[in-house]
Amino acid sequence: MADDKSKNDADHAETHEREPSYLVATKGLKSWLFTVDHKRLGLMYLGSTLLFFFIGGVAAIMFRTELLTPQGDYIAQMLAALPTWLGGTAGDLDAALAQSATTYNKLFTVHGAVMVFLVIIPSVPGSLGNFLLPLMLGAKDVAFPRLNLLSFWVYTLGALFFIYTLFAGGLDTGWTFYTPYSSSTGTAVVSALFGAFILGFSSILTGLNFMVTIHKMRAPGMTWNRMPLFCWSIYATAVIQVLATPVLAITLLLLMIERTLHIGIFDPAMGGDPVLFQHFFWFYSHPAVYIMILPGFGIISELIAVHSRKHIFGYKAIALSSVAIAIISFVVWGHHMFVSGQSELAGIVFSFLTFAVAVPTAIKVFSWVATLYKGSIEFNTPMLYALMFLFTFSIGGLTGVFLGTLSVDVHLHDTYFVVAHFHYVMMGGTIIAFIGGIHHWWPKMTGRMYNEGQAKIGALLVFIGFNMTFFNQFVMGQQGMPRRYYTYNPQFQQQHLLSSIGSYILFAGLLLTAWYLLRSLAKSNAPKEPLPDSPWGGASLEWDTQTPPIEHNFHGQPRVDTDPYNFPQIDRTGEVDHH
Amino acid sequence: MILSMLMAPEQAAKAAETAQKAAETATEAGKTPPPWETLTPWSTLPQASTFAEGTDNVYLFIVVLSVFFFVLIMGVQGYFMWKYRRLSEDQKTSSITHNGKLEFLWSAIPAVLLVVIFVWGEVDFLKQAVPPSDAIQVRVTGRQWYWTVDYPDHPGVQLTSSVDDSTVTMMVPKGRPVQLTMTSEDVLHSFYIPAFRVKRDVVPGRYTTMWFEATQVGEFNMYCAEYCGDQHSAMVGVVKVLEPELFDAALAEAGRLEQDEGESLADFGKRIYSRRGCNACHSIDGSPKTGPTWKGLWGKQETTDKGTVTVDDNYVRESVLEPNAQIVSGFNGVKMPSYKGQLEDKHITALIEYIKTLK
Repeated sequence: MADDKSKNDADHAETHEREPSYLVATKGLKSWLFTVDHKRLGLMYLGSTLLFFFIGGVAAIMFRTELLTPQGDYIAQMLAALPTWLGGTAGDLDAALAQSATTYNKLFTVHGAVMVFLVIIPSVPGSLGNFLLPLMLGAKDVAFPRLNLLSFWVYTLGALFFIYTLFAGGLDTGWTFYTPYSSSTGTAVVSALFGAFILGFSSILTGLNFMVTIHKMRAPGMTWNRMPLFCWSIYATAVIQVLATPVLAITLLLLMIERTLHIGIFDPAMGGDPVLFQHFFWFYSHPAVYIMILPGFGIISELIAVHSRKHIFGYKAIALSSVAIAIISFVVWGHHMFVSGQSELAGIVFSFLTFAVAVPTAIKVFSWVATLYKGSIEFNTPMLYALMFLFTFSIGGLTGVFLGTLSVDVHLHDTYFVVAHFHYVMMGGTIIAFIGGIHHWWPKMTGRMYNEGQAKIGALLVFIGFNMTFFNQFVMGQQGMPRRYYTYNPQFQQQHLLSSIGSYILFAGLLLTAWYLLRSLAKSNAPKEPLPDSPWGGASLEWDTQTPPIEHNFHGQPRVDTDPYNFPQIDRTGEVDHH
Repeated sequence: MILSMLMAPEQAAKAAETAQKAAETATEAGKTPPPWETLTPWSTLPQASTFAEGTDNVYLFIVVLSVFFFVLIMGVQGYFMWKYRRLSEDQKTSSITHNGKLEFLWSAIPAVLLVVIFVWGEVDFLKQAVPPSDAIQVRVTGRQWYWTVDYPDHPGVQLTSSVDDSTVTMMVPKGRPVQLTMTSEDVLHSFYIPAFRVKRDVVPGRYTTMWFEATQVGEFNMYCAEYCGDQHSAMVGVVKVLEPELFDAALAEAGRLEQDEGESLADFGKRIYSRRGCNACHSIDGSPKTGPTWKGLWGKQETTDKGTVTVDDNYVRESVLEPNAQIVSGFNGVKMPSYKGQLEDKHITALIEYIKTLK
C-alpha cells in the first residue's frame, strides 16, 4: 500500500512540470486584497493574527513591568519619561500617576480582549485552517470562496473597531465586559462591543464555510475516518462557532442597547440583572474556550504523527473526543460562576458536567503520548513544540480539575491560580500548538525554510520563559493573590518579580521567532532548488502537491485509498490482517 | 507547589504569638502589625476557619493525583523520546493503531477519580451554603472602592475598609459562626478572605450571603476579588479575629466614631478620613489618586464642570453629600458615592477642619 503511494508521487513528478505557486500565480496588490484563494486568505489571516499577537504581547510586557514592584508607578514614570527619550521635555508625572490605575486596567483589558477576540479565536482556523483544510481534503478551495473573502474583511472591520477603541480612550472593563461596570465606565465600551460583535460574524461565516467544505468537498475515497485529525478538530470547532457565537452577538447587542438607549437589561440601577449577563456571556465564552483549543489539538495530532512517522494512536478516540468536547462545552458555562450568586444546585450540576469534559481531554493526551511508542522521533522545531505542548497543556488540564471542584474553586476563583490555569491552556495549549503548526507548515506555505538552529533556541526561550512566568502564579493564587490588582501586598513581590522576568524571556523568544521567520522570506534566503513536496515525510494530501502549492492545489482530482497516517516507514511485516 | 496543609512549626508559633499580641492589644484597634508584615513570600496561607482544612484536604488530594499523573505522562513521554529517537532515516515504526483495553482503562480510571473529587468538593461546598441558625449577623456593603461593615446587633457600629493603614475592616469572634449578608451600591465586588477560604460575589440589586467560623485569633487579609474599576486593588482590608469574651468591647471601641475627650476636631477629622474610606481616593500628600488630593485644597480655586468655585465649608459639605453636583475638571469619569446618611454634620465639620490643616 505504502509502495503504491510513493510510486504515485513519482508519477506526479514525471508528468507535471513545476508550475508557478499560488504566491506568484497572479500579481499586484489587488490580486491579494480581493483574492478568493483560501491559501492567500490563510496567509493574510496569519499576518494579521500575528500582528495582533505582538500588540497584545506588548501590553502584557507593560503591565508585567508595572507589577515588578508593589506600588504601581512604573508605567506612569515610563509614560512621563517617554518624551525625553524622544528628545522633548519630560511629561507631567503627576498627571500620569493619577492615571496609573486606569492605565494598568486598560492594559490588561487590551491584552485580554486582543488575545481572545483578535488572536486566539481566529488564529488557527483563520490561518492554518484556511490554508490546510481544502488541501488536506483534496479540494480546490473551500465550499464558498467568496464568503471566505467576506469573512476576512469582516474580521478586518472588527479589528479596526478595536484599534479605534484603543485611540478613543481605551477600554477598562476587562475582556469579559462584566456589567454593571461596563454599563457605567467612561471608556470606549460601545466601539469595543461593536468590534467583538462584528468579529463574531466573521467567526460564524468561517465556521459555516468549513462545515460545508468538510461535508461536501472531500476527495473521492476520503471517508470520514480517513480525514486527517486536524480536519476533525476544525469540524468540531466550526460546529461551536456556528451555534455559540450568535448568543455572544445578542449579548453584546443587548449591552450596547443598555449603554446607548438606557434600557435596563443587566444594570440593576435600571432594573436589570448583572448575573444574567454572566450567564449570557459564558454561554458563548466557555464554548469559545474550545473554539480556541480544539484546533490546537488538531495540530498536535498531525505534528506528533508525522515527526514520529507513526500511525496516530487511537484515531477514532481522538476524533470523537473532539466532538464530545464540543457538545459538552455547551453545558458547562456555569463553572465560571460558582461564587457569583447563582444557586448552589446550579453550581453542583455545572461542576459535575465540567468533570465530564476532563475525560475526553485526558484520552487525547494519553493517545498522543502512546503515538510516540515505537516511533521514529525527529527532534525538529515543530516536534519540539508538540512535545512542549504535552508538558504545558497537561499542567493546564490538570489544574482545571482544581477549579472544577466546588469547594476549592471558592478559594481559587479570581486569583492568580485562574490566571495561571488559563494561560497554561490558551498559551501553553493553543499558542504553542499554533507556533508548532506554523513551523510545520511554513515550508508548504512559503516555500522557504527557517534557520533550524535559531528556531531551537527560540523554542527553548519560549519554554523557559513561559513556565517561569506562569508556574509560580499557581502558588501565588493559592496564597490568595487576587487577579487584576495593580498594587499588591509586598508579600508577593518576589513571585511577581519571577513572573515578570519570565515574561521578558518569553517575549525575547517570540521576537527571535518572528525575526528568523521573517528573515527566511528574504529574497537572499530563497532555496536554490525548490523544496520537496513533503519535507517531513508527511502522508496527508497537503504533502502530495507542489511546495508551495499551485493556485488550484492539485493537478486533477486526488483520490484517497488509505488513511493519512500510513507512513512508508511503518513496519507491515508480520502484521496480522484483522480488518 | 506549596502544600498549605503542612503548616511549618514556626508558622504555628507565629500564629500563636500573633494571637497573644492581638489579645493584649484588643482594645487598641490597629496597633498590631498588618498581616503582610508577618508573612514571607513563601509562607503558607494560615488555615483560620473551619472550612480551611477541608478545602485544603481536597486541594492536597488533587495536587497528589496531578503530580502522579503528570510525572507518569512526562516520564513515559521522556522514555519514548529517548528510546525511539530517530537514529536512521529508514528506521521502521510500529503498525499499532489502537488498543481497546488500554483506551478503556485510561478513560475509566480518570473518570472514577474525577467522580471522587467532584463528590468531595460538592459535600464541602454544601456545608458552606447552609449557615447555622445561631450565626452572628453582619451586613457588608461594597462601594467603589471601600467596604462598610454593619452589625445589626450592635447599633451604631460601622467599620470601613482602608487601604492606607491597618484599620480593621471586620471584627469577628473566634469559634462563633458569622453570617455575612452582602450587597453592592454600584458594580460587582467580591468579598474574599483567603485565610478562611471563603469568597462570594457582592452584587448590586440583590443580597448574597456567606458564612464562616474563625478558628484562629489574629488579623487576616481580605480582598475584593471581582474587578470593579480604577481602585479595585485598593479595596482591601483586614479581618480581625478576637477571643469571644473580648469581642463586644473591642467592636464597640473600634466602631465608635466620636470625638474623644481632648481630641481636636482636626484630629477627629483625620480619623474619619481613614475610617470612612476617604483615603481610598483622596491623598493628603499631594499625590494624585482617583479624586483630587486634599493637600492645599482649602481655599483653592477649583475649575469644575459648573464653573470655578472656591473650596470653602459649603463646597466641602456639598462634595460629601452630593458629590456629583460639581465635578472638578480632570475627574469627569469618576463617580464618588454620596455619604448622605453615613456621615453626620459633626463628622463633616471635623473633616473640614482636617482639610484646613493640610497645607
